[in-house]
Amino acid sequence: MARMNMVQALNSAMDVMLARRPEVVVFGEDVGYFGGVFRCTANLQKRYGRTRVFDAPIAEGGILGTALGMGVYGLRPVVEIQFADYIYPAYDQLVSEAARLRHRSAGGFTAPITVRTPCGGGIFGGQTHSQSPEAVFTHVCGLKTVIPSNPYDAKGLLISAIEDDDPVIFFEPKRIYNGPFDGHHDRPLTPWAKHELSEVPEDYYTVPLGKAKVVRPGRDATVLAYGTMVHVSLAAVAESGVDAEVIDLRSLVPLDEETIAESVNRTGRCVIVHEATRTSGFGAELSAVVQENCFWRLEAPVERVTGWDTPYPHAFEWDYFPGPARVARALKKVMEA
Amino acid sequence: MNKSPLQLHIPEPKARPGTPADFSGLRIPAAGATRRPPADANESEMRDMPYGLIRVLDEQGRAVGDWNPQLPPERLREGLRHMLLTRAFDERMVKQQRVGKTSFYIKCTGEEAVAVAQAYALEPSDMLFPAYRQQGLLIARGWSMVDMMCQVFNNTKDRLKGRQLPIMYSVPEVGFFSISGNLATQFPQAVGWAMASAYKNDTRIAAAWVGDGTTAEADFHHALVFATVYCAPVILNVVNNQWAISTFQGIAGGEHTTFAARAIGYGLPGLRVDGNDFLAVYAATRWAAERARRNLGATLIELYTYRAAAHSTSDDPTAYRPDDEWKKWPLGDPIERLKKHLIGIGEWSEPRHAALAQEAEEQVKAALKEAESYGTLGTPPDRPESMFDDVFKELPPHLQRQRARMREGN
Repeated sequence: MARMNMVQALNSAMDVMLARRPEVVVFGEDVGYFGGVFRCTANLQKRYGRTRVFDAPIAEGGILGTALGMGVYGLRPVVEIQFADYIYPAYDQLVSEAARLRHRSAGGFTAPITVRTPCGGGIFGGQTHSQSPEAVFTHVCGLKTVIPSNPYDAKGLLISAIEDDDPVIFFEPKRIYNGPFDGHHDRPLTPWAKHELSEVPEDYYTVPLGKAKVVRPGRDATVLAYGTMVHVSLAAVAESGVDAEVIDLRSLVPLDEETIAESVNRTGRCVIVHEATRTSGFGAELSAVVQENCFWRLEAPVERVTGWDTPYPHAFEWDYFPGPARVARALKKVMEA
Repeated sequence: MNKSPLQLHIPEPKARPGTPADFSGLRIPAAGATRRPPADANESEMRDMPYGLIRVLDEQGRAVGDWNPQLPPERLREGLRHMLLTRAFDERMVKQQRVGKTSFYIKCTGEEAVAVAQAYALEPSDMLFPAYRQQGLLIARGWSMVDMMCQVFNNTKDRLKGRQLPIMYSVPEVGFFSISGNLATQFPQAVGWAMASAYKNDTRIAAAWVGDGTTAEADFHHALVFATVYCAPVILNVVNNQWAISTFQGIAGGEHTTFAARAIGYGLPGLRVDGNDFLAVYAATRWAAERARRNLGATLIELYTYRAAAHSTSDDPTAYRPDDEWKKWPLGDPIERLKKHLIGIGEWSEPRHAALAQEAEEQVKAALKEAESYGTLGTPPDRPESMFDDVFKELPPHLQRQRARMREGN
């Protein structure tokens, strides 16, 4: 075991997989010699050589297109899209190609690609370094969508993603790379070292895709969250005094509907939290899942706490970010209904 | 300072329906005139090549110049046979579409030399990333026409289980990548495959095809950038057949330069080839393959040809081009030209040609009979629930639930 932050845990996952499987290659913009703008691939090129960890041209569509061809050959590419905001030029290769290749070729060709990409705001990144486009990918059949919230899960989920024979979009909430940010931007960030989930095995292990985790058991309400919002929700629960259960979804596709339904049917109240914009956000899908599975047990309308339907505003970041106060208000609202 | 009003330029082809076909502006060098650099030449010494036109067969059907690949006559007769088979296959399948046995078909009439000669110039284990008009690759690799027809018919033997539009073949057995309807996507994919082959110190190379219109896609640029950066062992082919549905190649940027010349900006060799000259297509592809196999990287080849048929069965070209334009194409018909050559060297005759064409007809007819016995459009290729298979390797819970709902009818 070692103490790791998210960056170190992700680095360790790629390190482990590069060592275990010669068909794993890692590439993307600035990931080679330099080790990535967030340092997630630091030292990997030095350790595994230039043909296994290398820099790519600034062409996200080209990165995904070539990754797919490598996958068809039999490699297992792990590519980095430097910011999720830059993933759109690769959209066609992801949606029309990677996601559907197995199906359209009736299993003849497959694309076991992992796409790592930092997402989310709260870093003064403005509208081009802050987006959370996960819902765009959950709508695509044939893609798996994963978002970890802590170093232990980050490593275990990334190893599962790399080993998965289908394409996986792996979102990394960049605001929690260095600590479990709870939305209190005016307070100093607690480093991961003080968090129990920064205890990470140095060797191989996996966290399964498609399994949510109850991070705080509770009786009176259920909070569904993922990524940074898990920590925001925990803070909100503590501050609101509501005995709410907090579920970290971890995978959006496949989604662990069983864990969600079991919890909401027990608590009768549900608050859904995500940083992404509201309309057609993943919260809308979660809300429908809750309605379909828990309607007769609901004591209150389902509440959504999300980013606003605006671009991420640089100067008003904290008015946009769904912080603990907003989550606490939603909890209160479902309790009072 | 000149302040006269600016004018927007919209390219327009020389001829439209009702006007005579006009190829007067084409600059077609004589056969043998375009030089043949050594396959290991430096790219910087070959920048004239994209503006030439590699041709071997002259107007009399003689093979001339340095690009003559000196193929043995039996190989040429085989080429003729595969081109005739491809043409017969196309003719027969269009008829099936007309009588409602398939929803859709795409012919490659006039372009048969591209796929057949290029298949010959590659090794059988090399990987092909085709567009939708290279059915000749499958035929030249000896793949079953029955199997191809079953895909077109979406019948019980459709290997793609009714999931794909007709002609979007996928045949891993002969290294033929799954065809996509989204244009150019296969170009960077082929580069990635080739990079993987180099990474694994394999000896196989990749080849990919797009049309002139598709060169406008970003993925075309992606492919060339990645190919040059990583020196990928890949042959990138642009089949310039002059027409992208109703849009002439000028709208893809072909008015001011050649498509082969796109290579220059990337530091890649660019060859421009008479696409209706079987020998030239073979020789140029062989040259590029040798270069790739010697780890000297990618080549961009423009195959200069003409789409003699409609874009697809959903298209009527008389609405946008003179209906006899294809007959006036100065580079002729690839089958006729190879036939003339073989007759000229005393290795072929009109009666033998007629017999071979007849044989091809019969072969296609026999294949059709068998394919039809497995059903045609409207025959369910599988149970509808099979649509849930292969979305993922394993069926996740939400798809299990949806499949159950489908079975229950809600």
